[in-house]
Amino acid sequence: MTPGRSSGAVLLAVDNISLSFGGVKALTGISFDVREQEIRAIIGPNGAGKSSMLNVINGVYHPQQGTITFRGEVRRDMNTHRAAAQGIARTFQNIALFKGMSVLDNILTGRNLKMHATFIEQAIYLGRARREELENRRKVEEVIDFLEIQHIRKTPVGKLPYGLQKRVELARALAAEPILLLLDEPMAGMNIEEKQDMCRFVLDVNEQYGTTIVLIEHDMGVVMDISDRVIVLDYGKKIGDGTPDEVRGSQAVIDAYLGVAN
Amino acid sequence: MEAELATFPRLLLEHAHVRGERPATREKDLGIWQTWTWAQVADEVRALACGLAALGFKRGMRLAIIGDNRPRLYWSMTAAQALGGIAVPMYQDAPAAEFVYVLNDAEIVYAIVEDQEQVDKILEAAPQVPSLKHIYYDDPRGLRNYEGVTSIDRLQEIGREFDLAHPDFYNDEVARGRSGDVSIVLYTSGTTGKPKGVCQTHAAFIVSAQGGCGFDKLDSRDSILSYLPMAWVGDHLFSYAQWLVAGFTINCPESGDTVMTDLREIGPTYYFAPPRVFENLLTQVMIRMEDASPIKRGLFRYFTAVARRCGAAILDRKPVSVSDRLLYALGNVLVYAPLRNVLGMSRIRVAYTAGAAIGPDLFRFYRSIGINLKQLYGSTETCAYVCLQPDGGVKFDTVGEAAPGVEIKIAEGGEVLVRGPMLLKEYYKRPDATAESIDSEGFFHTGDAGLIDDSGQLKIIDRAKDVGKMNGGAMFAPNYIENKLKFFPHIKEAVAFGNGRDSVCAFINIDMGSVGNWAERRGIAYSGYTDLGAKPEVYRLIGECVEEVNAELAREGPLSASQIHRFIILHKELDPDDDELTRTRKVRRNFIAEKYGVLIDALYSDRDVQHIETLVKFEDGRSGMVAADLKIEEAKTLPAADAREAA
Repeated sequence: MTPGRSSGAVLLAVDNISLSFGGVKALTGISFDVREQEIRAIIGPNGAGKSSMLNVINGVYHPQQGTITFRGEVRRDMNTHRAAAQGIARTFQNIALFKGMSVLDNILTGRNLKMHATFIEQAIYLGRARREELENRRKVEEVIDFLEIQHIRKTPVGKLPYGLQKRVELARALAAEPILLLLDEPMAGMNIEEKQDMCRFVLDVNEQYGTTIVLIEHDMGVVMDISDRVIVLDYGKKIGDGTPDEVRGSQAVIDAYLGVAN
Repeated sequence: MEAELATFPRLLLEHAHVRGERPATREKDLGIWQTWTWAQVADEVRALACGLAALGFKRGMRLAIIGDNRPRLYWSMTAAQALGGIAVPMYQDAPAAEFVYVLNDAEIVYAIVEDQEQVDKILEAAPQVPSLKHIYYDDPRGLRNYEGVTSIDRLQEIGREFDLAHPDFYNDEVARGRSGDVSIVLYTSGTTGKPKGVCQTHAAFIVSAQGGCGFDKLDSRDSILSYLPMAWVGDHLFSYAQWLVAGFTINCPESGDTVMTDLREIGPTYYFAPPRVFENLLTQVMIRMEDASPIKRGLFRYFTAVARRCGAAILDRKPVSVSDRLLYALGNVLVYAPLRNVLGMSRIRVAYTAGAAIGPDLFRFYRSIGINLKQLYGSTETCAYVCLQPDGGVKFDTVGEAAPGVEIKIAEGGEVLVRGPMLLKEYYKRPDATAESIDSEGFFHTGDAGLIDDSGQLKIIDRAKDVGKMNGGAMFAPNYIENKLKFFPHIKEAVAFGNGRDSVCAFINIDMGSVGNWAERRGIAYSGYTDLGAKPEVYRLIGECVEEVNAELAREGPLSASQIHRFIILHKELDPDDDELTRTRKVRRNFIAEKYGVLIDALYSDRDVQHIETLVKFEDGRSGMVAADLKIEEAKTLPAADAREAA
């Protein structure tokens, strides 16, 4: 089964984005779009600006130039809270979970923006707070079931192996019921079996919830297998954009990855 | 006139009638235990059966059932049987290639499977199974865009419509069922050759279940956890036949990984597990005890020693001194009861183990902390029902006395023969095999070598065909030696060689959990199984275990010649996916001997290192090579003189 929905409407468009830190240009004039329900991969060598790109999309970094259009709304930059409220969730390259908290509690934090009861209501656990709590817990349990992590529900995250922590992080992002999911190297450091599981989950999320996914990944096999379209970055510039087959055949991409004699 | 409750579908209707509001099935879903009453289960089964009938399922057809223990998969069995069909549960962890044989052998047209994983496998097998036409699945996740497969929900919808249009259909079909009809085909694990389908009737399983329930006084108030493969005869007896006979509650765990947690939440009253499960549980407890504070560790050591001294006797209601009784009572409050609680065994009245020999220390441990663990003996061909240990008559080296209604006889060569109503009707489409295993007097040849001890209990020594002779003329019983090795928590699997040889040598698989933990405590770094197994420290550790076994064997008269001279720690774990073990984790001796011939040659040479490359199949179906230089270690054996003295 290959996902085949690349003809949807544009969900996110970045136009001519440039980002620099002092004299270092992280991104230079990047433009691309992400269509609804597609899986869009960003690849490139180390330091190409992949993570910076994600950080611009969800508002961690503010680009000096360019615009971001998300669901028809044009902005100069995002901020993280607004991005989350609008339905953008993400995972991080170096897992960012609360290590001392249980898996369940970690995933519940993903529901934070869906909780509206006041502090007092929550303290006495009546009416709205109770309803919300039940609803949030049910949603979290669905995600736990979906990602098959029932057996570690009550385990502190710090005790888990790396592959499972990655899955918990994905679970937390999913708990927010995102429209757009940003995954920063979801399969880094995993063995073949864990990677296969993760691929399956990414495809299932995309299929089951219709979530649009932008992912950064180094494993070319994975990228080519699961993504609809691929963007290639190198030294902050876009050097390729297209279907996996198109990208694979591009000379610029081959040079960037294999190196070229100067 | 046939008895009213002669088939499983009729039993289900009876329970729905008598105890309609009592819980029949539970499953943990989305973190909460969901309950179905007997009335609800009867209704679900009816919808499933009508759905299958509406889509063309006919009397005598076989329904393949593949997946983890899910309520709807259990119900599918009854649904097929209600239509006069036969359930064929298959091992859910087998790869697609292994499905092909059974699907073709049973000429499967209809299959009900659990989820996407199983759908993928059965679709992969489908091109080679021309008869297969209908596939239904339980869990819809990830299956939205699949073609040619239907959800059970949809099947039941169709069934309910059909039921409205034909209101008498279901009851008529159930009434047509006869106790002599085959209700299930269970495929044997096949330590040799291709699996054989064992055809069992409603009557055989119902009689076995009634016998077992009567023996241990099980009734509708009991509760069990259904977590063992549905294709295994033990699960079929405990989670299906006894469920429908006694009317107790079965509980399906949330997933294979949550069994321990679920066990604790449910607190079953009746429990069944192969020895390795009990062993894993104990290993986990021991590992956690080593991490506990010195005070707790001290308490644990002291009171387990008390329990070892008098616990089993107290359980068997034998005389025990007052001081020991008081100490045991104190230990119960401080150690045993909390421990039973952690193990999820607080409410257990009866626990059984079978399928392999259980280590005496392991067995005694559970009994000493007040868990009524017993052994039974049986096979797929006998509905897992031949011998049971009675309360108060439990020994670690026997498997109990003949169960109600069962006759046991030991043949001249030592083979155990059994006769009774629980015997198989036949092997599916294999009259030759049927004739071979059931003799003219109606005795089934179990293939196990055994003897009856003074108290009338059966003792199993080995598989009859595995028992061989060494060059010196001494008896060689490989299982007997392997079991002794496997009783050490550090050794997971062992294969002994010696038939037609001068001495005995062995392959060893270390237990990754236990030895891994042992290594960590000693600061020994390792990267994986192969690396850990090759460490000199690990070789020394295993060597000590082997030498202890040798010391035991030296004291056992005729078996003293079976002492292990040389051994190898294998570079990979023996695995059913590589055909080295059966799905029920029994060693496939001949296959291993062939595959690792070069290692056996090395064992019987004077080399001390041997290079080997092995093809392994990964869980995803891909394969790769594992290469290693394996060290061969000598083990000390005790001189024959010692053995004679001891004997």
